[in-house]
Amino acid sequence: MKKLINDPKNVVNEAVAGFEMAHADIVRVSHDPVFILRADAPLRGKVGIVSGGGSGHEPLHGGFVGFGMLDAAVPGPVFTSPTPDPILAATQAVDGGAGVIHIVKNYTGDVLNFETAADLAAAEGIEVRAVIINDDVAVKDSLYTAGRRGVAGTVLVEKITGAAAERGDDLDAVVAVAEKVNSRVRTMGVALTPCVVPHAGEPSFTLADDEIEIGIGIHGEPGRERIKLEPADAIVDRLLGPILDDLPFANGDEALLFVNGMGGTPQIELYIVFRRAAEVLAERGITVTRSLVGNYTTSLEMAGASISVLKLDDELTALWDAPVQTSALRWGR
Amino acid sequence: MAPNDEPGAAGSGAALSNAVPRLDTGWTIRWIRRSAEVLAANRAALNTLDRDIGDGDHGENMDRGFQAILPKLEGLDDETTPGSVLKIVATTLISTVGGAAGPLYGTAFLKAAGAVGATQSLDSAALVALLTAARDGIVLRGKAVEGDKTMIDAWTPAVNAASAAQTAGSPIGAVLLAAADAAAQGAQATEPLVARKGRASYLGERAIGHRDPGSQSTSLLLRAAADLVAQH
Repeated sequence: MKKLINDPKNVVNEAVAGFEMAHADIVRVSHDPVFILRADAPLRGKVGIVSGGGSGHEPLHGGFVGFGMLDAAVPGPVFTSPTPDPILAATQAVDGGAGVIHIVKNYTGDVLNFETAADLAAAEGIEVRAVIINDDVAVKDSLYTAGRRGVAGTVLVEKITGAAAERGDDLDAVVAVAEKVNSRVRTMGVALTPCVVPHAGEPSFTLADDEIEIGIGIHGEPGRERIKLEPADAIVDRLLGPILDDLPFANGDEALLFVNGMGGTPQIELYIVFRRAAEVLAERGITVTRSLVGNYTTSLEMAGASISVLKLDDELTALWDAPVQTSALRWGR
Repeated sequence: MAPNDEPGAAGSGAALSNAVPRLDTGWTIRWIRRSAEVLAANRAALNTLDRDIGDGDHGENMDRGFQAILPKLEGLDDETTPGSVLKIVATTLISTVGGAAGPLYGTAFLKAAGAVGATQSLDSAALVALLTAARDGIVLRGKAVEGDKTMIDAWTPAVNAASAAQTAGSPIGAVLLAAADAAAQGAQATEPLVARKGRASYLGERAIGHRDPGSQSTSLLLRAAADLVAQH
């Protein structure tokens, strides 16, 4: 596998260093321990928002640090949760006295490390509340697993929660918004190819040339089933079915439709996916009033995509439209 | 699927020496150093187990964590107790391992340190208390129960076997050996299970036939401890 890297051990550090140089107007970077911080943090009286997780999903989460979104992002090693120390340091760095929210994707390592960091922060007098994101409908039986995973819907939670904090909501209100978004967003993904973790050097799983994995997580963990490649429209139908079954939509509902690329699928294919998904929603009487298409929650160079549908209301629409200035999402300012 | 026999497995059958081993500060340090050696030797094997049903980095993460402990075991003063060594292990693992294993093993060693207090040398009761507290810490953090195909499937049989041996009045070496043997059997017994916690839980029945990597690293750690007593 060819990769544009130097020493695999330095992948995260070198990428973070480049990110700092490219976006010095938006972020500052702590190198030991490693975390990315909004340039003007901490903001007195504003609820701080910290997210993080294994690297390899860029622009998640560092690309979403900035005005109207995250105050800090903590990148772990590729596909491995960061340890509590940098999470604690980031939490301290963004604490403006109004409390801090941890937005955590529901993966066991992330949850445990953020929990430990929250305990340590609480011992230092910082009020921390965790919101666990679990938008992935591919996990069927969450009673007998670690639960539904947090995947691309996390981007929508981070944007909308960030807007709530930016307008001055208090900690309880910001947590309520985050939980509301999480409760109304559902995602399912497909992988066309595996991905290669730099230090492993070989694919984390294999797929035959004519096979795809339906219901993939964001590290190439398996999902519901492995099937033969089908036309895009048929794959979209397979992904949207469980989403719409899970989140009861009514005729006349408004939705944000988010087609996310996994890293190795070109934009032209993502729009083919969007087209079919919007058609299916229209057939169900659901109006797509907001949209997002692009590579926002990736799995290194994996080819594939995920579809997220967020059921909107006036409050969520207004918070989505609110200004944001990060390296990966920027409008209204 | 099943890993090679762990180093030191021969120790399970080795006769215990007649001298009563002392599980003091020196022993605790030797146990952790030995564990670091064993985990380094099993790094690739643990990665392979983890690649089968997880994300393939358990050996990498455990090796990194235990290597980071070694320099901190140099030049410790006379005040050092088994408990303070365990605390060093805990904080280092929490800050270096990452993934799920870092908080789980870190909490285990932290609770173990608390359980042995300031004692200079562990007796059988203290050893059972150490193992029990470690197991309880992992349950507290990870909320797994026996049969979920996690490291608890090695820890709980180890605690039960150690406790039974202690109650029966066995010498401390035999208590430790019972724990290590039970952990090894427990790790092996994860192979036919479907996982209900952690990343492997998403595999459903595809996890069947694969040993849980956390149960295997637990088995290696307890075997390292038992081997040191056997060699005493």
